[in-house]
Amino acid sequence: MNRISVNVDGTTYEDEVEPRLLLVQYLRDRLGLTGTTIGCDTANCGACTVDLDGLSVKSCSVLAVQADGGEVTTIEGLAQGTELHPLQRSFHEQHALQCGYCTPGMIMAARDLLRHNPDPRPEEIRHALRGNLCRCTGYQNIVQAVLAAAAELEAGRGAATSSEAALA
Amino acid sequence: MLAEGGEEAKVLAGGQSLLPMLRLRLARAELVVDVNRVPQLRGVWEEADSLVIGAMTTHHDVIHDELVRRHAPLLAAATETVGDPAVRHRGTLGGSLAHADPAGDLPPVVLVLNGELVAEGPRGRRTIPAAEFFVDCLTTALKPDELLVECRVPKLGEGWGFHYEKFRLSAQAPALVGVAVAVRRENGGIAEARVGLTNMGATPLRAATVEVALAGADATAEAVGRAAEAAAEGTSAMYDLSTSPEYRAHLARVLTRRAVLAAAGSE
Ligand SMILES: Cc1cc2nc3c(=O)[nH]c(=O)nc-3n(C[C@H](O)[C@H](O)[C@H](O)COP(=O)(O)OP(=O)(O)OC[C@H]3O[C@@H](n4cnc5c(N)ncnc54)[C@H](O)[C@@H]3O)c2cc1C
Ligand code: FES
Ligand code: FES
Repeated sequence: MNRISVNVDGTTYEDEVEPRLLLVQYLRDRLGLTGTTIGCDTANCGACTVDLDGLSVKSCSVLAVQADGGEVTTIEGLAQGTELHPLQRSFHEQHALQCGYCTPGMIMAARDLLRHNPDPRPEEIRHALRGNLCRCTGYQNIVQAVLAAAAELEAGRGAATSSEAALA
Repeated sequence: MLAEGGEEAKVLAGGQSLLPMLRLRLARAELVVDVNRVPQLRGVWEEADSLVIGAMTTHHDVIHDELVRRHAPLLAAATETVGDPAVRHRGTLGGSLAHADPAGDLPPVVLVLNGELVAEGPRGRRTIPAAEFFVDCLTTALKPDELLVECRVPKLGEGWGFHYEKFRLSAQAPALVGVAVAVRRENGGIAEARVGLTNMGATPLRAATVEVALAGADATAEAVGRAAEAAAEGTSAMYDLSTSPEYRAHLARVLTRRAVLAAAGSE
């Protein structure tokens, strides 16, 4: 067993973990943060994408011990109280999900893109999300949702006007 | 630690190949040695006429490194095509080279740049030319107790053009075939060309006949197309689920023509 200390969504956890434990298993099974999903557990589908020290990673291809001393942000850390993150809201409004299984990873990957490219072109969005598989939507509305969230973040508008901003 | 672990010990770099392989039980390890927190293995620096890239430098850092973009733009361009952003945030240059996947995009690039790989182990440090480093499918010249610490590539000066051309069946699929090209231009023609092939055999290969045919050739579509006809000569592409060796040979010829023309700036 190894002792780790990890900050997840603003809370610091100290735990004993087996060296073989994947970060995603730690988040889901130990911390109960089941918002992060497992699609393949072999780094192919992107469902488990989270932030580790400010960069998106597939949490099924990182060991929990490797996150020791680090800072993790999951889909569950995005909303401010009851106010959804602009990407969460735009995925909802643009119908960018059906079963929703891929959505947490999709949003975390989109957030990574918008951090360094706040005004992406549709093909840049497709390129940035190439590691995230969706079996339901056909991706069109996902691209729309990221464009809408980018516009909203750019305009810096509040929640009340988000739908108009998204459609503008 | 690697020496103590013997044959069953594995280095963990970015984990983007090793962890999925362990999950799939395609690989097994008694001991996994994580080298992520060894700062000396990360970063890019210059030493005389060479560019040195620490083995643990991530794909993401390679792509954004000013020195790489200036002195080894072919490496930056090929690395941009690797996986997806999350894979590039974790995966490393050293891991890609040590993994030696025939479909890996970076081994042929290092081969074409006449790179050298520096290994360190209990018996000290040694330098292995790229041409001797890739031994077989998923097999390199590294001993089980050796760590790959650096990749060194000579800086190519003015007059060189580069291109990496890759064909894959879907956004997630590895390269069916890839072609890495460095071309030295002179008086509007091609003075010297180096052509490396991804996934045309168990190891990355140089298309030697094409290189000879291109030396002194015009940088025209006709001349380059004629030279590229030999791209599959001496290769040993295997059957896989989706493709025949004939199809891969065809791809090698087409992609070689495209890559050489792009590198020569005649496209
Ligand atoms: C979804 C996905 C898509 C991908 N797409 C591509 C692609 O398009 N093109 C491409 O080229 N690659 C692709 N890859 C592979 C990726 O580039 C990996 O980063 C790379 O193959 C391995 O690097 P790593 O740092 O993750 O190594 P690890 O997975 O940690 O290690 C791989 C192997 O190398 C050994 N090793 C690693 N570092 C060292 C060292 N310093 N010394 C000695 N041995 C070492 C390990 O023991 C292990 O056997 C993809 C991977 C994934 C998951
Ligand atoms: S569960 Fe991690 S990539 Fe699929
Ligand atoms: S919404 Fe079902 S997988 Fe994407």
